Amino acid sequence: MDKVIEVKDVKTVFGTRVVHDGLNLCVNRGEIYGLLGPSGCGKTTLLREIVMLQEFHGGSIKILGDELNGISHSKAQKLRREWGVLFQAGALFSSLTIAQNIALPLVEYSDLSQKMINEIVEFKINLVGLKSADANLYPSQISGGMKKKSGLARALAMDPKLLFLDEPTSGLDPISARDFDSLILKLRDLLGLTIVMVSHDLQSIYDTLDRIAIIDNKKIAFEGTLDEVASAKSEFIQTFFSDLK
Amino acid sequence: MNNYALSISFIDNKLLLKFSGELSLYSITTLQKQLNTQNILKIKDIQIDLEEVCFIDTATAIFINNLLIKYEKLDIKVSVNLNSKDIKDTLELVKNQKLHSDKLPSPDKESFLYSVGKYIYIYYISLLSFLNFLGNLFTTKIYYLKSIKNIRFKEIAFEINESGVKALPIISLTSFLIGLVVAYQSSYQLKIYGANIFLVDMLGISILRELAPLITAIVIAGRSGSAFTAQIGAMKITEELDAMRTMGFDPYIFLVMPRILALMLVMPILIFVADMMGVLGGMLVASLDLQITPTLFIDRFNEVVAPKHFFIGILKGPFFAFLIATIGIYRGLMVKNDTQSIGFNTTKSVVESIFAVIICDAIFSIVFTNLGI
Repeated sequence: MDKVIEVKDVKTVFGTRVVHDGLNLCVNRGEIYGLLGPSGCGKTTLLREIVMLQEFHGGSIKILGDELNGISHSKAQKLRREWGVLFQAGALFSSLTIAQNIALPLVEYSDLSQKMINEIVEFKINLVGLKSADANLYPSQISGGMKKKSGLARALAMDPKLLFLDEPTSGLDPISARDFDSLILKLRDLLGLTIVMVSHDLQSIYDTLDRIAIIDNKKIAFEGTLDEVASAKSEFIQTFFSDLK
Repeated sequence: MNNYALSISFIDNKLLLKFSGELSLYSITTLQKQLNTQNILKIKDIQIDLEEVCFIDTATAIFINNLLIKYEKLDIKVSVNLNSKDIKDTLELVKNQKLHSDKLPSPDKESFLYSVGKYIYIYYISLLSFLNFLGNLFTTKIYYLKSIKNIRFKEIAFEINESGVKALPIISLTSFLIGLVVAYQSSYQLKIYGANIFLVDMLGISILRELAPLITAIVIAGRSGSAFTAQIGAMKITEELDAMRTMGFDPYIFLVMPRILALMLVMPILIFVADMMGVLGGMLVASLDLQITPTLFIDRFNEVVAPKHFFIGILKGPFFAFLIATIGIYRGLMVKNDTQSIGFNTTKSVVESIFAVIICDAIFSIVFTNLGI
């Protein structure tokens, strides 16, 4: 299996606080990979480093074969079109409607006609389980769950190979959360996505993830499948999972 | 809330503390006072009776636990009588928690030198980050101007409307009033010398050269500078900026450059309007108060006010606009992930941009005077 993301010996320091020290992990093509760990262990920070929002202070991160250290502007731009990111609260552009939000990457990066773009937007809106009637609402007029779905639709607008989700089910009611999980599984099968997500939702972890990495004490405490976790000897991992339960 | 009681009594050298009723955090202070009146130094044996207590909250549990610890330290034998399981559980919970938890760290005391150093360091860092912002802006500008396709005309037009066209009424009104007031005040002085006609010279030069550009800049700093900070700051809090970055939309190209360019384009026009309105205000006073007819005013204006004053005023526009827009946007980008920092940065943005405009104006003044313009 080829590796989509390779993180090697990454070190992160905030002021005097060391967040990661010698962190390693790799994500294979086509899998749903989860970053887990106690609050404040730096899951979201790692995710932000992978999507080039934050600098790391040592080691290397390789995405789709490109090394992020000293990456050129054009390569970085190319990389950014190959992934989609869903932020915790959706991060929709508040001055644009949902449809305009989803259309934005298409308008900016492609030379498609407005008609074609509208069709793509309609497809994505329905794909993530929103109604076409909601398309012309502004982000301030819709619920948290709808914001997440719209954010996902926007992340999928350019048909990315890689999808990053930051706590996709947090703040959703259990039914919407399960819907979201099945949506993610469906998307992976339909579009052949590789998905990396940060999650605290145990049900969602068991339902969707192929492999997980548990971050603790600045390092990866465990990396592997969920079945392997059950047999892992480490006391921390066992308490972490029993805590989650 | 007052149905609690503590009775203190002696039974052959033994101190009996009998609590009863509902012990809640409202009762602690009273209980404490009551206990403090008791001299316990000579007592070797204390019995705490909680049998008649019907409820105890964690605060009182902590209080009683502390009592126990205190008595133990004084080598006093303590025994606790209780019969309710709930109370026992609460006490146990507090006791166990106390064993496990660390003390709250006391806030660091900062010496005077330390805080001065910290202050200076913070200023130094913010200066560096402003330079970093300018550098970023410069490299973006180069990239931006490489191809006409990169220029976002739609956003620029939107910003021109927002911070230019919509600002026209307030700028017209302010400069009209300023022209009126300046003319009125000076007409009073000029009348004394019978130098009425010189009002035109004075007004022409002061309004065209200094007042109109400054008034415009101050209104725009308060109006658009603060708006830029608040908009961009809010976008930062809602992660919209991060979302843009991950989608490969450089916020400098999408948000920063259009705003700066729009303001730089529109500022000279606003100053021109302010010029006209200011002179109009002066003209009104001149004709009402000094009997200088508008025709005479304009003739005189033509004669004595050289075009260079007008052009200097207009020339200041783009510079002021650049300062206001960059400071406003920079402050917006400095907003941290909390709502307080929006207010803080908006205030700073307005104060700093007005200050920067005045400094810039002073520099212009010196440069132009030395150049003999």
